[in-house]
Amino acid sequence: MTDLARTPLYELHVELGAKMVPFAGYAMPVQYPMGVLKEHLHTRSAAGLFDVSHMGQAMLSGPSWEAVAEAFEALVPMDVLGLDDGRQRYGLFTNDAGGIEDDLMFARRGDELLVVVNAACKAADFARMRAGLPDEIAVTELADRALIALQGPAAAVVIEDLDPAASDMRFMDVADLSLCGHAVWASRSGYTGEDGFEISIPADEAETLVRSLLTQRDVAPIGLGARDSLRLEAGLCLYGHDIDAMTGPVEAGLSWAVQRVRRPGGARAGGYPGADVIAEALAQGVARQRVGLRPEGRAPMREGVQLFDAEEGGAQVGTVTSGGYGPSVEGPVAMGYVTAPHAAVGTRVWGEVRGKRLPVDVAALPFVPANFKR
Amino acid sequence: MKFTEEHEWLREEDGVMVVGITTHAAEQLGDVVFIELPEEGTTVSKDDEVVVIESVKAASDILAPVDGEIVEVNSALADNPGAVNDDPQGEAWFFKMSVSDASQLDEFMDEPAYQKFIA
Repeated sequence: MTDLARTPLYELHVELGAKMVPFAGYAMPVQYPMGVLKEHLHTRSAAGLFDVSHMGQAMLSGPSWEAVAEAFEALVPMDVLGLDDGRQRYGLFTNDAGGIEDDLMFARRGDELLVVVNAACKAADFARMRAGLPDEIAVTELADRALIALQGPAAAVVIEDLDPAASDMRFMDVADLSLCGHAVWASRSGYTGEDGFEISIPADEAETLVRSLLTQRDVAPIGLGARDSLRLEAGLCLYGHDIDAMTGPVEAGLSWAVQRVRRPGGARAGGYPGADVIAEALAQGVARQRVGLRPEGRAPMREGVQLFDAEEGGAQVGTVTSGGYGPSVEGPVAMGYVTAPHAAVGTRVWGEVRGKRLPVDVAALPFVPANFKR
Repeated sequence: MKFTEEHEWLREEDGVMVVGITTHAAEQLGDVVFIELPEEGTTVSKDDEVVVIESVKAASDILAPVDGEIVEVNSALADNPGAVNDDPQGEAWFFKMSVSDASQLDEFMDEPAYQKFIA
């Protein structure tokens, strides 16, 4: 793994006994000695600390907030201009075919926009922003900042104890906090379905802060293995698996992320890549949809499992895009795409696992109720 | 107890071989969440895929270590696959099999040899 990039917390992961694996060009902890199952359950019952420093952070600045926001709206089908200071939104970079190039979080910090993108896409995303934004908008890659997430019902207790200002933050708020003497940018968000915070901190301060957080009661380090099962149970998409350049926001079940003001008839409708395709999908519906899938038996149905409309014969009606064991559900869970006639919750389909067709029902997402601070 | 290069162990008991996976294999697999066992009475050949074991990470096949017949399976594992992580070389055996050709057992390792194999 010598050719892999390292986050500022690499040495600490190794010291904590993490199993390091390659992920998006980085050596990342897939699990610690606690193991994936217990790490998952710990996050749902206490607080899990994640290193997500491999993700890309960039700051967009320009002559005014309006200039930054309007420019960014040319790249995403989201309402950026309407974002209040100190608020964050989920977003999507789209392409001309209406597919998703990446999913992201963007937050308004005064007149600037903080953008957080997936590790595997970050080089392309930074290039896309530099090419797609006018010269007056500066795109500054924040390679000198680490990103950590503290997730779970005890996360708020820990962070509010360190900085009481955190108690004023609701889901998707962003604020400057002081944690153990470190000035950080915090957002009340995450990707586990739990309440929690994502914390951007200068890279050279990250290890000290993380060591302090790990001394707090209820806080344990959590690897990418549990991060994956947590987000799957929460019904959240993993880019490159559940959404990709060939998948549009409507079929992905992400229409909620396209605010009314950017839809046909809205004040700032269209004006982003693939707007016509996405407008048509919103109006006409789509041929396939992302759904939750709950296998009836105990066998996990993993990515790539083909879904059929009959136990024998019949036709393929879909494919699993993420699947595995849900520790909180205590059984297998999956997400995938099925044709529209099979997308209703409760529809029985069959997944082909090792040559056998096993029953699986279309299920509501998320599999576990979201636990955000509204 | 004998060990295979596929990280299985075999223990003779009442004239049949009890088969499971090693502590090392269980650690490498991670938390086991699903096990599919063969039917009792199945005739198997060496290297047939007889057990499917899924951990939180991935699915793996367990191969028949020798030719013979599956005479008993540990059906308790289906409801409690995590036992494979708790006691892989004890309670969490997979199946018992008769052995057609005892000479096939000769190639397997003893414990010190296996420890060296995984070191």
